[in-house]
This record gives sequence, structure tokens and C-alpha cells, in this order.
Amino acid sequence: MNWGSAGNFFAMGGYAFYVWGSYGVTALFLVLEIVLLLLRKRTITQRLGRRIRMRIEVKNEAQT
Amino acid sequence: MEVRTINWFKYSSPASFYPLAGKLIPYFTVLALVLTAIGLYMGFFVAPTDYKQGEGYRIMFIHVPAAWMSMFIYLVMAVYAGMGLVFNTRLSSLMASALAPTGALFTFLALWTGSLWGKPMWGTWWVWDARLTSELILLFLYIGFMSLKAAIDDPRRAARASGLLAIIGAINVPIIYKSVEWWNTLHQGASISMTSGTSMEATMLETLLVMSLAFWMYTIAVVLARVRCEILEAEGDTEWVAAHLDEQR
Repeated sequence: MNWGSAGNFFAMGGYAFYVWGSYGVTALFLVLEIVLLLLRKRTITQRLGRRIRMRIEVKNEAQT
Repeated sequence: MEVRTINWFKYSSPASFYPLAGKLIPYFTVLALVLTAIGLYMGFFVAPTDYKQGEGYRIMFIHVPAAWMSMFIYLVMAVYAGMGLVFNTRLSSLMASALAPTGALFTFLALWTGSLWGKPMWGTWWVWDARLTSELILLFLYIGFMSLKAAIDDPRRAARASGLLAIIGAINVPIIYKSVEWWNTLHQGASISMTSGTSMEATMLETLLVMSLAFWMYTIAVVLARVRCEILEAEGDTEWVAAHLDEQR
């Protein structure tokens, strides 16, 4: 498939809005899913880490 | 005679699946990226212009894989939910929860790209055609599954109720698949059929398959990452999670 020029490529034979609207939204949502997942992972590990540290402190205080 | 028993259920324990999933994620991520790059190159620079639909048909390369994924993820989710109900394995219901958001996303993308394809080709964004309607019902099933699970506090009861919903809802998948044959409305028939082969050019078909594989690898990577979150949330108070988080520091 030879497009000739970048302009022709982005014009998509007059279907630019539909083609790029499909590919753009798909890319956006897939990336968004990954970002949300990484944020979720971070929140969980931070919360669990805090809880574990708290438990250790409570145990240490009980010993002294 | 020595009898060796293989413990098939070993990896159904969250504690042993968690590190395995972590090891697998990078491989599937790399595969997804490579296949996407190849698929996009083929889709835009190798596949020829369609004689009827011009360049607009290129939406197909994400529309069809997204629609396939939306149905297949639902079936996998229903199987995990069923295994959770029968064997009572904890990991199964966590896997079902991890699959649902990605399935819902692909269902939405199938509807979205279908709408953007339908407007220039059919002249309408939406029509209450059997294929489109049953795909919309699939989106509602995913949303219903996630809401039901989130609405019940006790995790075991939540898994049972949502699992039942997932299994009953699976009836919808063959309906979507067969809808273009059973009701002759606007949506075109299958481009690729198990029985009669394909009705399109070879490079178009190859692109479609590469993009489908790319979506598959993406799904596996994302679902494994999500099931790790689900495991951490479900097992937060156990010794192994504490030990694992200690190692990470």
C-alpha cells in the first residue's frame, strides 16, 4: 500500500474522522486501562505496607 | 512402583499463582507490543484499499478483534466462575473479577468502532439490529457482573451470586455469534467462517489475525496484572503477603 504523501495517509481517503476516531479511542482506552492498573497496584501496596508496619510497632510496644 | 502425583491445583492457590503471574507479565507485554507494531504496519501499509469501502474498511482491523475478544473473554470468565462454584477455589473467582473490566472495555470498543464504521457505510451510528443489540446486552452483563460483585460485602457470597450471573449470561455469547444468521438485518455476515473459509484478501485476513493475537497478548498481560491486585486485596492479612512486601522493599 503506497500512500504517496503523509497528507494522503492522514486523510484516509476521506474516512479520516472514522478511522482515526476508532484507532485513537482504542489506543487511549488501552493505555488508560494500564495506567489505572498501575495506580491501583501502588495504592494497594502502600496501604498494605502501612498496615504491616503498624502491626510490627504494636508488637514491639507490647514487648517493652 | 513409584507413583508420582502432579498437583494440578498447585497454581490454583493465590500464594503460588501471584509470583508466577508476575514472571509471565513481561513476556506477554513484549509480545503484545511487537504484534501490535506488526499488525498496525500491515493494516496501514500492506493491506490494499477495499474496492467497495475504500480506506474506511481499515476500522475492521480493530473492530473485529475487539468483538472477538469481548465474546471470548466472557466465556473464559464464565468458565472461571463455574470452576469457582464447583471446586470452590479462591483463585477462580479472583480470575473472573480480573477478566470482567477488560472484557467490558473490548465490548465498548467493539460498539464504538462499529458505530464509527456504520456511520459512513450504513449511514447511521446505531440501529437496533440483532448483532448490535446482543453486543450491547453483553456490555450490560459485564457491568452487571462487576456491580453485583461489588455490592455484596461477604466475598464468598459475592463470588457465588456474580458467578451464577456470569454462567447464565453466557447464553448471550452464541446468540451474538449466530445473530447474523438467525436474523437477517443490517450487520453483515461473518467474514471468516469455520465451514466456508474466508471471503477476503489474504493480506487483510493475515492483518486481522495478527491484530487479534496482539489483543490476546494485551489481555493476558493486563488480566494477570489485575489478578495480582485482586489477590493482594483478598489476602492482605496473610503471612506470605507480608513476607512478599518485605522483599520488595
